[in-house]
Amino acid sequence: MSDPAITLELVLQHNLTPEEFDKIKGILGREPSYTELGIFSVMWSEHCSYKNTRPLLKTFPTKSPRILVGAGEENAGIMDIGDGLAIAFKIESHNHPSAVEPFQGAATGVGGIIRDIFTMGARPVCAINSLRFGPIDAGENSVNNRRLFGGVVSGIAHYGNCFGIPTIAGEVYFDPSYEGNPLVNAFCLGVLRHEQIARGAAKGAGNPVFYVGPATGRDGLAGAAFASRDLTEESAGQQRGAVQVGDPFMEKLVCEACLELLATDAVAGIQDMGAAGLTCSTCETAARAGTGIEIELALVPQRAPGMTPYEIMLSESQERMLIIVRAGREDEVKRIFDKWDLPWARIGEVTDTGRMVVKHNGAVVADIPARKLADEAPVYHPESREPAYLQAVRAFSLASVPASTDPAADLKRLLSWPGIASKNWVYRQYDHTVRDGSAVGPGSDAAVLRIKADSLPSGAANGSAVEKYLALTVDCNAAYVYLDPYEGAKIAVAEAARNLACAGAVPLGTTDNLNFANPHNPELFWQLKESVRGLAEACRFFDAPVTGGNCSLYNQSPNGPIDPTPTVAMVGLIEKPEHITTQWFKDEGDAVILLGDAVDEQDPMRGLGGSAWLQALHHLKAGSPPRCDLEKERSLHNTLRGFIACGLIKSAHDCSEGGLAVALAECCISQQIARETPRLIGTHIDLSFAVAETTRLDALLFGETQSRVLVSVAPLDVVKVAERAKILGVSAVKIGAVGGDELTIKAGAWGGKWPLAELHDLWWNAIARSMAQ
Amino acid sequence: MNVAVLQFPASNCDQDALHVVRHVLGLAGRFVWHKENSLAGIDAVIIPGGFSYGDYLRTGAIARFSPIMQAVRDFAAKGGPVLGICNGFQILCEAGLLPGALIRNRSLQFRCEHIFLKTLTRLSSFTNKIPDGKILRLPIAHGEGCYFADDATLEQLEKEDRILWQYADANGQLTEAANPNGSLRNIAGICNEARNVAGLMPHPERASEMILGSADGRLIFEGLAGALEGRMAKAA
Repeated sequence: MSDPAITLELVLQHNLTPEEFDKIKGILGREPSYTELGIFSVMWSEHCSYKNTRPLLKTFPTKSPRILVGAGEENAGIMDIGDGLAIAFKIESHNHPSAVEPFQGAATGVGGIIRDIFTMGARPVCAINSLRFGPIDAGENSVNNRRLFGGVVSGIAHYGNCFGIPTIAGEVYFDPSYEGNPLVNAFCLGVLRHEQIARGAAKGAGNPVFYVGPATGRDGLAGAAFASRDLTEESAGQQRGAVQVGDPFMEKLVCEACLELLATDAVAGIQDMGAAGLTCSTCETAARAGTGIEIELALVPQRAPGMTPYEIMLSESQERMLIIVRAGREDEVKRIFDKWDLPWARIGEVTDTGRMVVKHNGAVVADIPARKLADEAPVYHPESREPAYLQAVRAFSLASVPASTDPAADLKRLLSWPGIASKNWVYRQYDHTVRDGSAVGPGSDAAVLRIKADSLPSGAANGSAVEKYLALTVDCNAAYVYLDPYEGAKIAVAEAARNLACAGAVPLGTTDNLNFANPHNPELFWQLKESVRGLAEACRFFDAPVTGGNCSLYNQSPNGPIDPTPTVAMVGLIEKPEHITTQWFKDEGDAVILLGDAVDEQDPMRGLGGSAWLQALHHLKAGSPPRCDLEKERSLHNTLRGFIACGLIKSAHDCSEGGLAVALAECCISQQIARETPRLIGTHIDLSFAVAETTRLDALLFGETQSRVLVSVAPLDVVKVAERAKILGVSAVKIGAVGGDELTIKAGAWGGKWPLAELHDLWWNAIARSMAQ
Repeated sequence: MNVAVLQFPASNCDQDALHVVRHVLGLAGRFVWHKENSLAGIDAVIIPGGFSYGDYLRTGAIARFSPIMQAVRDFAAKGGPVLGICNGFQILCEAGLLPGALIRNRSLQFRCEHIFLKTLTRLSSFTNKIPDGKILRLPIAHGEGCYFADDATLEQLEKEDRILWQYADANGQLTEAANPNGSLRNIAGICNEARNVAGLMPHPERASEMILGSADGRLIFEGLAGALEGRMAKAA
């Protein structure tokens, strides 16, 4: 079979522009071969090259004394957590594959991010994820939305559970903008000692290059390119074959074998074959080391007969790794991979030519300067313009929304709204207790993971017995970002930091997943630009630098673009185990204190902008979102952490979607002792202090004013907390007491009363009920 | 005293089990690879959870042919204590060391949550350290944990006092709601006739330290450790 002729049509089919094609010819000094065209097309796709976003990403704060491997340097960033220990973490999207084939799309998303972590030499110890779908409870497309949601959750469960990684936190949202284009963002964190950091660099000319893992097939051909264009019926149909098939069993073996091999010191460089497979791993490792690399494709283990060089280079078959071995140490690779019954092959060697040379049965099929391919992709500065819809957003008067006629019923509606309802239908399908580290699992503001000496990769012989406690969260209220990308992105970071503070943690670092629509639409690119500005400012403010992440553009279906969704995953450190704090009330008689304002004092209605109440009760995504005052937010977090460190806080829960009323209900009903055994503990609340003529009851109960946390403290500590908060400039008001089997809220003349058993049933079972439709 | 934790390809609770053996109980322990064929010098065997061989044929169905399983059979025949947890329980059933089978959860979904366990008998080295009437709180994490056996087997298990644990509610009642997977007679764990081989679906190794929310699982391992001391004393 001969290669097709290189025509302009073929170039365009590869998603390359005529200008990019000219640049390729300039680099090569000739026309590219078919294989070379394929190689350039995947390496210069948005997914691999960030060609539309790189200038924006440079504005992120990426430095801190704790950063050992920074953003963009390697497959994942690494941070110091003290005592010689470090963590590697990253989030990555698998949106388009999940839209086409939800189970495998999501499963391989988990597989890919786990590989990014063990590639760094770290042992993967926990996973989290952020998922978004169209509505599952009602609407004409809800059947399909449920299919996608159910498929994605079981795909994540299948891969993560079999691999043996606890999926300990996450978020799930449902909104019409994700109909047909769900978002699947998967995060993984690994631990290692500083001296165990592995690099994806092809160092040392003459060193052999090994391929390990299962054979290469035609699955996942050019998935990176698929991810870098709009999703249409036609593209989904054509690209069904672009979705890879995952094998978590194989991944577990490859991970164990790689960690065992890394402990021998026989490895000069290692990189997984993720997006763009063999292409990306070979040229990137050579580019990083400033070396060259030469491989022979006939030596690559192949699953299908008659694969062309183009297919072998662009395949995204899963669970494969490229390992650069120190010359003379080849036998160790063979010994270890044979032990694990894993295929391995020596496919080439490192050179000093700076070129990536690919041969097939001895004939050169690609010969490209590695650095130019990997690092010199074109960079674009797409045009941006404020979207027209934002004028309507600003003009929208929240006062025009009719006041709630039945706030007691509204609370029940909100608790059963899938965005707010308990996600136990999801996380009970994920193994979240394996690896003996889950101190706080899913269902509190942040998960808490205990890192112990034997969590580390083997070979950490000098490992200390020190234990560490990490808090993890992932957040993004995309409705806010849609209504005000800059403020909304700041809130995503602030909420993540607040969740960590509620668990007792100080933020360490951030990994972000920018899920946006087509960057060539100026209004949509403006959303991206403004969001990045908000993220960068807030990450800098909370001293939570960005250690890496992922950009997923072209998230739109024929129905339109998704809401801009810059997902923020943040990791924090808890100093002592006794500081670990959960969100649910603990003891009868404790006082309930609101840290922060009951409503936005300048504009009491403001908290309803973009709120869940507006969305769930009025089907409106409207109004300007709440204000995010970073200074105020930071003093809240510092104050709360100070109280926790002094042992004053029994529970802490941030107020987010659904406002004060939903947060209070969650404090009463969210502790799950065991199957079918919630611990329900009531509270009597009086918000009369905040009732003024200008304050509407719905804004007080359901407004989502930022910078607020509900805490419970022993009665004797109330005065201490109130006085210290005052000194620190944080509002602290005792609003009630814990006890009984009801939630009661009084606000001036109005009073609401809810039996907890009923609230718990609505909240706990809402998603299961939707899925049983 | 030396505890072996078997390692099959894609065992994934092996490190947790060894962690508890070494760092919680303070016993000596080591991994034993599935290709080994001897348990010389070993005083107790733990078959940990996971997805041995990817569970591709049937849970535990391939693992039972591993070279190490013959050694486990010989070890068990001589009275050596063997504890199978989750996938380890499935492997013991497939290998014929325990009766019955574990089939897909009735919900058809993987389930990870804490459950309550009622201990039915203290007559085994896995249960003799559990105080009378104590309800254990342990996590489960499995997709195929529904215990199934024919009526005759169930009757025999009951008659011979070989049902070690049943899923119960917080008060020890054997309700249907407390049963997470549809197991017959709420069975969560059983032992063999000689009472030295036991299997259970819940994960005691994930509940042996208070930082993880429950230390109830430790009682099961302490029973095992006590049995080892007894064996060693007898041998000496």
